[in-house]
Amino acid sequence: MTRRLLIWYGELTTRQNLLKRGLYFLSSGMLWLMVFLVLPGLVLVVVSFATRGAYGQLEWDFTIENYKRLMGFSLFGWTSDYLVILWRSVVVAFFTTLVSIVLSYPLCFFIAGREERSRYMWLTLVIIPFWTNMVIRTYAWFLILAPELPFAKLAAAMGFIPHGAPLYPNAFAVYIGMVSMFLPFVTLPLYASVEKLDWSLVEAAQDLYASRVRVFTQAILPQTMPGLSVGIILTFVPAMGMFVVPDLLGGAKYMLVGNLIQQQFGASRDWPFGAAISMGLMILTMVSLQIYRRKSKEIEHI
Amino acid sequence: MTSENKDGLIIKDINKRFGDVEALKEVNLEVRSGEFFTLLGPSGCGKTTLLRIIAGLELPDTGQVTLGGQDITSLPATKRQVNTVFQSYALFPHLTIYENIAFGLRSRKFPNDEVTKRVERRLEMLGLQDMRNRHPDQLSGGQKQRVALARALVNEPEILLLDEPMSALDAKLRAQVQEDLRRIQRRLKKTFLLVTHDQSEALVCSDRLAVMHEGRVIQFGTPQEVYDFPQTKFVAEFLGAANLIHGKKVAGGVETPLGVLTLEKEPSWDSGMIAIRPEWIWIRETQPETNGIRATVNEVIYRGTNFDLWLNPGPLRVRTSSYKNFKPGDQVWLELSPNELVILDGSHDT
Repeated sequence: MTRRLLIWYGELTTRQNLLKRGLYFLSSGMLWLMVFLVLPGLVLVVVSFATRGAYGQLEWDFTIENYKRLMGFSLFGWTSDYLVILWRSVVVAFFTTLVSIVLSYPLCFFIAGREERSRYMWLTLVIIPFWTNMVIRTYAWFLILAPELPFAKLAAAMGFIPHGAPLYPNAFAVYIGMVSMFLPFVTLPLYASVEKLDWSLVEAAQDLYASRVRVFTQAILPQTMPGLSVGIILTFVPAMGMFVVPDLLGGAKYMLVGNLIQQQFGASRDWPFGAAISMGLMILTMVSLQIYRRKSKEIEHI
Repeated sequence: MTSENKDGLIIKDINKRFGDVEALKEVNLEVRSGEFFTLLGPSGCGKTTLLRIIAGLELPDTGQVTLGGQDITSLPATKRQVNTVFQSYALFPHLTIYENIAFGLRSRKFPNDEVTKRVERRLEMLGLQDMRNRHPDQLSGGQKQRVALARALVNEPEILLLDEPMSALDAKLRAQVQEDLRRIQRRLKKTFLLVTHDQSEALVCSDRLAVMHEGRVIQFGTPQEVYDFPQTKFVAEFLGAANLIHGKKVAGGVETPLGVLTLEKEPSWDSGMIAIRPEWIWIRETQPETNGIRATVNEVIYRGTNFDLWLNPGPLRVRTSSYKNFKPGDQVWLELSPNELVILDGSHDT
């Protein structure tokens, strides 16, 4: 078996043999992708063109009605509701990522500045919240933001909310929940980059009269780009589809696309429309990542 | 002393400690404006720490750094008219060579045409015109080194710091770069401060040099002064090769395992060490008048430009460019001429 898989020292091999071997190696990964990505994706595409039956069952009358509905065209004329939800999801994901980055940089530099042994303790502290179920963590925010507790009192004193009201459900609570959920996804990969930062570049920038901002953009940002990119993708993509946090902390007024999809597949039993929204989400995510790729390339070659 | 060194760099009573390690102990130095000064010493002697203090990347525990009459001890690196060529060059990988060189000027918001003028002049001076649009990873070690030099020089620093800038180059290129560096310094008449552990580099480049050891400056002077008259065993051995001979003071000279040797001066110690460079021991066919030693060749090492002979008693190392082929076992006379014998300071054992 292994004899056929590996090139043995001194073994003569032909192009065809190598190709065969290559396919052999690839097959397991390809199979994985087929079963878990391509097939479900295709099912989603097909379903998104189907029609909802009277009792929520799928009917195979192919139509583009679902997409038209997503764009806001309905029996009663055009409405922006779904587009607003889609756009809001992009905005929330964007700012969640941004805030996570802004908070992660100081945290990473702090941890990287500790002694080597205690660094792992700090990293563990970053990960520990993940040992708790996501829903429970979100409910924990209910307690923290509850009425008559310091945060809510402070907000009330400053006139943001009426006295005796909780700090949820609103956009602020959604952001808090989202950032606390996704912060480690930025922190961990970013830390990997910060830890092996070449400080001589920072010193060179200082030696060459660079301001603090310039030291960051020219000496630190380009070096930490690899970790930052991973963090951005790991945060932005799931944040786009997040539904637990906005569901609990956002309420009906602050619905995100994740909630909308959940609703269609759940309560509304409208799988075709849910599939169409999913497709819309997927396209939006890809477009966003493409824009990000362009921008990050600009940073790398200013 | 300060009156004659108004524009230069004065380092006064600098101490620096990292945890338990005393990196610098009471360091005092003066670098005159326009000279090529070298800090020479083995790794860990504190020379890089001293350089970083001058660059503003490190704060001394005590002491004062004065540049051009101004106290810059606690001035941050971004405010100092001092630029550094880093050991790793520390070029910005995402910027082109042109932008790397322009970095300091852009930080200080120079107008674009001024930036172009200055950068182009440095590109030309260092023969980097064709590299201007490349990125650092497309350059050889020698080219990167020149970019780092251009990037520092373009800012017209009052003093240019060079932190072992040639340690990443191969031997042949290094020799050439040393000479280039010397010529550039002469042409620009700028103050250069080089840190190196390479003694030949220090000799080739410097107007004056300071030898550092364990956080102290133990000797300074022109390369010739330091090479010809090392004061301590450490300097004698670190700068070039030296035969070290233990001796006791007796009437008319010192008594050594090689016999009684006549010296030019009387040593200040009763028991201590004298040194002689291998190239200053003469090989004679007949017994010389003073300090003649009958010796046997033990080993012959061919070094291209000369031979190194190891002889007994001693063992003594003798460097000769004689055409004569010595063989192990040959008997010769050695002359350790009194004016070539250097009395080492007894107070330092280093």
